[in-house]
Amino acid sequence: MKKFVLSRVVQAVPTLWVIATLTFFMTRYAPGGPFDTEKAIPQEIKVKLESHFGLDRPLFDQYLLYLKNLLRGDLGPSFKYPGWEVSELIATAFPVSLTLGVLSLGIALLIGIPAGIIAALRKNTWLDYLPMSLSMAGICLPTFVLGPLLIYIFSTQLGLFPPLGWYGPADWVLPSFTLGLFYAAYVARLTRAGMLETLQQDYVRTARAKGASPWRVVTRHALRGGLLPVVTYLGPAFAGLISGSFIIESIFFIPGLGKFFVTAAFNRDYTMVLGTVLFYAALIILLNLLVDLLQAWLDPKARQAQ
Amino acid sequence: MCTVLTFPKFHPLNAFFGCVCLLWFVQGCSKPSNVETALDENILHFGLGAEPQHLDPHLATSVAAHNVLSALLEGLVSEHPETLKPVPGVAQRWEKLEEGKTYLFYLRENALWSNGDPVTAHDFVYSFRRILNPNLGAQYASMLHPLKNAKLYHEGKKTWEEAKVGAEAIDNYTLKITLEHPIPYFLELLNHYSWFPVHRPTLEKFDAFEKMGTPWTKPGNFVGNGPFQLVEHQINSVIAVGKNQHYWDASSVRLEGIRFYPIESVDTEERAYRAGFLHLTQSVSADRIDYLKEKYPDELYFEPYLGTYFYRFNLKSPPFDDLRVRQAFSLAIDRQRLVDKVLKGGQTPANTFTPPGTGGFYPQPQFLHDPKKARRLLDSYLSEKGLERLPPIELTYNTSEGHKKVAEALHGMWNEALGVEIRLFNMEWKVFLSTISKGEFSLARAGWIGDYVDPHTFLHMWRSGEGLNMTGWANASYDKALKLGETSNSEEERWGNFQICEDLLAKNFPVLPLYFYVHLTLRHPTVHGWYPNLLDHHPYKYVYLQKEEAP
Repeated sequence: MKKFVLSRVVQAVPTLWVIATLTFFMTRYAPGGPFDTEKAIPQEIKVKLESHFGLDRPLFDQYLLYLKNLLRGDLGPSFKYPGWEVSELIATAFPVSLTLGVLSLGIALLIGIPAGIIAALRKNTWLDYLPMSLSMAGICLPTFVLGPLLIYIFSTQLGLFPPLGWYGPADWVLPSFTLGLFYAAYVARLTRAGMLETLQQDYVRTARAKGASPWRVVTRHALRGGLLPVVTYLGPAFAGLISGSFIIESIFFIPGLGKFFVTAAFNRDYTMVLGTVLFYAALIILLNLLVDLLQAWLDPKARQAQ
Repeated sequence: MCTVLTFPKFHPLNAFFGCVCLLWFVQGCSKPSNVETALDENILHFGLGAEPQHLDPHLATSVAAHNVLSALLEGLVSEHPETLKPVPGVAQRWEKLEEGKTYLFYLRENALWSNGDPVTAHDFVYSFRRILNPNLGAQYASMLHPLKNAKLYHEGKKTWEEAKVGAEAIDNYTLKITLEHPIPYFLELLNHYSWFPVHRPTLEKFDAFEKMGTPWTKPGNFVGNGPFQLVEHQINSVIAVGKNQHYWDASSVRLEGIRFYPIESVDTEERAYRAGFLHLTQSVSADRIDYLKEKYPDELYFEPYLGTYFYRFNLKSPPFDDLRVRQAFSLAIDRQRLVDKVLKGGQTPANTFTPPGTGGFYPQPQFLHDPKKARRLLDSYLSEKGLERLPPIELTYNTSEGHKKVAEALHGMWNEALGVEIRLFNMEWKVFLSTISKGEFSLARAGWIGDYVDPHTFLHMWRSGEGLNMTGWANASYDKALKLGETSNSEEERWGNFQICEDLLAKNFPVLPLYFYVHLTLRHPTVHGWYPNLLDHHPYKYVYLQKEEAP
């Protein structure tokens, strides 16, 4: 197991290097630059700005310098907000996105898994059709529709929750549900599919034949295998959730990572684009590793393969 | 084979208990809205629109930055909340000498920085020197070019001492300003944040004299001299300011604080307003006007705004290198129909480039609607070139529903009057800017918001070689009239010269003015001391919150 983890960590280094290199050159070759504004900047000012951010050096030198700084953990200052370091902005925004992501995932799992189990156990009854129809609606209903709808009902009409912001736990409820319900729909469908397959397995029949109670058959025998598709989905889904959602952040005015991710590209904020892309890549790598470890724990075949 | 299993029984008591817990939790979460608590706390909740890039007045470049900085800093003069006319600020009085070429400002001795240090004339000289420092790379440094020899220093041709820049501290409380030439709107210029002072010891502590991006502007470090001081800054979340007890006129300041929320989405901002999160929105979506007019008739404001929406022609590429085509395109547009039927947000048709009434200047309307003449002009061009019709014209704009709507409406008008096929090209903002600045366009969208209330802020754009021109148009008569308008002390002479500029624009058509902006906003009835004005400037010391009076 240690060898497996170590080899994955070693593989991560060239992956991150390739991502950093591609992103670096792609951003530099994109039309427009960080200092293009509607009010034309005098050439001498542009030269000063470029010199301040090191853009006056040859491109390859900039690349080498960036890699050197990266190795020291220095992502550089943001071009858009020069008073802030990229690492500082990520460090401020990530806890927000992490909280939102964890809460949303919690909601997704708490709703999705039971709904999927019930649907599988009561296949082709209304207890199957209802949650699956709702989950299809949940998948089809975009967050930019669901979010304002929840705000209208629970904030504007009932006055129960704040409509936006991220200043206290009460602010967490509506965005977490908006994002969580969307993922719950996927989780429910995946759980149902996984459970249906597992419930057909011989070992489940054996468990039942040996007199295990229905509750025990589901929780101790079927669920473990039935959740494998969900676990596979959770890795990238969780990375996506905790690295921020631009739409949810815009609707609920949340200072998370998603906004930096999108606006940095529009602003040609080179360092911020690189910082957020690398951070996201590192998250994906880490979470995929965790998913593999979790799958190994859940599935003996996967353990053997590793 | 279908596997049917039983699972634990659903107990109604458990569900009831769960619902009670949930309701209790939900009740605990609910609290009064910002607007409800604001009357007791005296806190204004302000939709800022965007996160300011800088809170350093010498590096700031946006309206959002102005809205925050005008709470934190005060210049030599302040402005009247209704008329925007200069009123005493740090300077309690001033003298105009040599027909406006020299000013003596007498600073009040009770003007203090938020840490209790006195604000002196030396602080202003230091600040002017800093923004003009060529190494700082301040984008708005040219706002100080009216100072004598400031340009020489700013362009690095001479040191501050060699250039003898026209800013001198006679003593701690007397500042002498010498200009290149008299500027009638000089005092109004002083309200731009580029002229605001900075606290020298703080900047020296952070080595920020010629460096951008130092942490001197963060809460705890920022020392200002305005009616408020910086308390909190969470990027993309909130900028909070609290009353500055050291401010010389602190007794007049009625608000205890302001919370600025950089909400970029207009829809989110509107929802925030409707839920009582904000007192004021920065803008309102044009698509929501009808609904808001019905639901919030007394809270939706259409206020004049000093801005022109226009298109640029590229005079270097055919067919717009020919005056007749440009003129035909202008005459084919029914601007009144554009604002009434398409925009519907209270905008006014732009029959001139400078908005009428800017600083008291009312130009003669000249960009008119005459589709028959437009057709004749185009036919004359086509027959001369031996063409049956114009090749398709590319219209470039940055991606936005609002710009698209205007472009489509104009497409319809040109097609109807001239039979021209227009191809609409929308581009992401930075790609658009790069394309326009390289001159790779035929016809492109643009907009301009004035920096000060004087026609010069609009007309200087079309000076030959000016960075903002980008049309390829150059006209010596225009440059001459503009120069005379800039420097003359006589209003009559200035307006006469600016009218010549407007006439030349309307004769040569390098641009196509379409409409004048309007500032659309939602404002809560408890907000008082907030007056509509062209620059959307609202000195916060006059603003207060008061309960709505019963009808």
